[in-house]
Amino acid sequence: MAVVTSPAHKLLGRVAVVAVILVTLVVLSPIYWIASTAFKPRQLATTVPPTVFFKPELTPFIKLFTKRVQLTRPVDQATYDAAPWWEKRVYDAGERVLKVGGGPQLSAYPSRFLNSLIIAISSTLAAVGMGTITAYGFSRFRIAGADDLLFFILSTRMLPPVVVAIPMFLMYRVVGLVDTHLGLIILYTAFNLSFSVWLMKGFIDEIPKEYEEAALVDGYTRLQAFFRIVLPEAATGIAATAVFCFISAWNEYAFALMMTNRDAQTVPPFIPSQLGSGITDWTVIAAGTLLFLLPVALFTFLLRGQLLRGVTFGAIRK
Amino acid sequence: MITRLDAGSAAVARGLSDLTIRNLFILPTIAFLIVFNIFPLIYSLGYSFYSYSASSNVEALFVGLQNYRDLLSDPNVWNNFTVTAKYVLVSVGGQMIVGFGLALLLNRPIPFKGFITTLLLLPMMMSAAVIGLFWQLLYSPSWGVINYIFNLGDFAWLSDPDVALYAVAITDIWMWSPFVMLLSLAGLSAVPKYLYEAAAIDRASAWYTLTRITLPLVAPLLLIALIFRTMEGFKTFDLAFIMSTQPTTELIAIRLYKLAFQEWQTGESCALAYIVLIMVLAITNIYVKYLNQAKAR
Repeated sequence: MAVVTSPAHKLLGRVAVVAVILVTLVVLSPIYWIASTAFKPRQLATTVPPTVFFKPELTPFIKLFTKRVQLTRPVDQATYDAAPWWEKRVYDAGERVLKVGGGPQLSAYPSRFLNSLIIAISSTLAAVGMGTITAYGFSRFRIAGADDLLFFILSTRMLPPVVVAIPMFLMYRVVGLVDTHLGLIILYTAFNLSFSVWLMKGFIDEIPKEYEEAALVDGYTRLQAFFRIVLPEAATGIAATAVFCFISAWNEYAFALMMTNRDAQTVPPFIPSQLGSGITDWTVIAAGTLLFLLPVALFTFLLRGQLLRGVTFGAIRK
Repeated sequence: MITRLDAGSAAVARGLSDLTIRNLFILPTIAFLIVFNIFPLIYSLGYSFYSYSASSNVEALFVGLQNYRDLLSDPNVWNNFTVTAKYVLVSVGGQMIVGFGLALLLNRPIPFKGFITTLLLLPMMMSAAVIGLFWQLLYSPSWGVINYIFNLGDFAWLSDPDVALYAVAITDIWMWSPFVMLLSLAGLSAVPKYLYEAAAIDRASAWYTLTRITLPLVAPLLLIALIFRTMEGFKTFDLAFIMSTQPTTELIAIRLYKLAFQEWQTGESCALAYIVLIMVLAITNIYVKYLNQAKAR
C-alpha cells in the first residue's frame, strides 16, 4: 500500500486496533454471560455485584436434563455415597432427581432438542433439494416471465410469519397437522424454499454452461449432465445453502409458538415457557440456551466466507 | 470445429427433453409455494370479510368490509402502527450508525481480521427468542449486569412503559448492527484505494473524505441494508414479544398474534393480516428493485 503514512496515521491505526478489540469484547459479553451463567452455582447467578469469578460446575446441565424435586430433609449419608457423581451434584443443590424404572426421569429439554433437530434437518433437506433443481431450471432454461416468478418466490419469504400462520393454523386443524413434526417441517420448507432458490441460482449461475454443453456433446443426457457435472460443481453452494436453511429453521420461533405446544415443540418456544414455571433458575435456562446456540456458533464459523451472500439472498457475492 | 453440434438438439434426442426437465425442476417448487403460501392467503382473504372466531362453534357471518373499517378506525391499531414505526426508526437507525461505524473501524489491516469479523457476526445468527429471553436477565432491575455496570440502581428497563421499547431496540441493535457492518465492509472494500491516496495528497479532511468519497460509494449497499432491516423491523415479533409485556412495546405483529391466537378474533385478524401484508409487499418490491440494481453493478 502506497498510502501516505505519517506518525499520526500510525497512531490512529493502533488506536483503531485497540478499539476493535474493545468493541468485540463488548459485543460478545452477553454471549459470554450466557456461557458463564450455565456453569454457575445457582445462588451465584443473580448476585449483586454480578459474580465473575467462581468455581465452574456442571450442575446446571444435570438439572437441565432431569426432572427434580426439592429435598424436604437432607438425604442420608449412605444414599448420598451410593449415588453416581451427577446425582450427588443435584443432592448438593438441595434437590432430588426423580426416578423411573431405576433410571433418572428426563426433563422435557432433550425431547424438545430432538424435535428441533428432526424438524430443522428434514425441512433443510426438502428446501435445498427442491431449491437446487428449481435454481438450475431458472439458471439454464428460458422461462417466460422468469423475473416475475423469481419475485413471486422471494415474496413468499418476506411474509410475516403471523400472517401465514393464521390460515395455516385453521387448515392444519382440519387435517390434524397442529403440533406435529410434519406440520412444522412443511412450514419451514416453504419458508426456506424461496431463500434456497435465490441462493442456489447465484451459485449455479457461476458454473460455466460450457461444462454441461461439453458433456451433452459427449453423449450425456441433460439429467446425467445435471447430476454428474453441475451438482458436484455446486457442492460448496449446496452446503452453504443447507447450513443457512438449517440455522433459520433451528432459530424459528413464531411458527413454532403458534403451531405446536408439546409433541412437536422446538427449543425456541420451550425455553421461554420455562420462565414462568416456579422460581426461575437462570443457570438451567443458560445451560439450555448455551447447548442450543453452540451448533449455530459452529456453523457461523464454517460459513464465514459465504455470510454476505447468504444474508443478501445471493445478490452480493464478492 | 465439426464435432460441435447444437447441444440443445443433441439432448432432445436422448433422454428427457429440456422442456420436460425444465417443468419437472420448476413446477414442484411453484406448486408447493402456491399450496402452502398462496392458497392459505386466499383462504384468509375470504375470512377477512367474515365475523368468525376459530375458538367458537358460531357460524361465520359475512360482514363485508366491516372488519377493515373497524380496524382502520380503531385508535389502538393506529397506536400499534405508531409503536412499530418508532421501533423501526430507533432500531434500524441505531443499526445503521453502529454497523457503519464498526465497518469504518474494521476497514484497515488488523491482525486476525477475518476471525474478529466472524465473532462480531455471531449475534445476528442466533435465535432472537432465546437471546431476547436472556437479555431479560441482563436488564433485570435487581441483579442485572447492565444496571450494575452503569450504576443505574434499580432502573426498570423492561417494565417502565416509557423505556421498554428502547430497551428492546437496544437488543435489536446489538443483534443486527453486524448485518449492516457486513454489507458496509463489502462496500468499503470496493472503494478504489487511489481515491484515498489522492485525497491524502490533497490534504482533504477526514470529514470530506468520508462524506465525498466513502459514503457515496458505499451508499448502494447501505441502502440495501436499510431497506432489508426496515422490512425485518416492521415484521418484528420474537424479540419484543419475549422481552416485554408493556402495551408500549406492542408492535403490529404482536397485536396480530394476540388478535388471532389469544382473543380468537379470526375474521378480524385475517383483515389485519392483509393490511400488514400489503405494506410488507410494498417494501419487498422496493427491496428487490435495489437488490437487482446492486446485482447489475
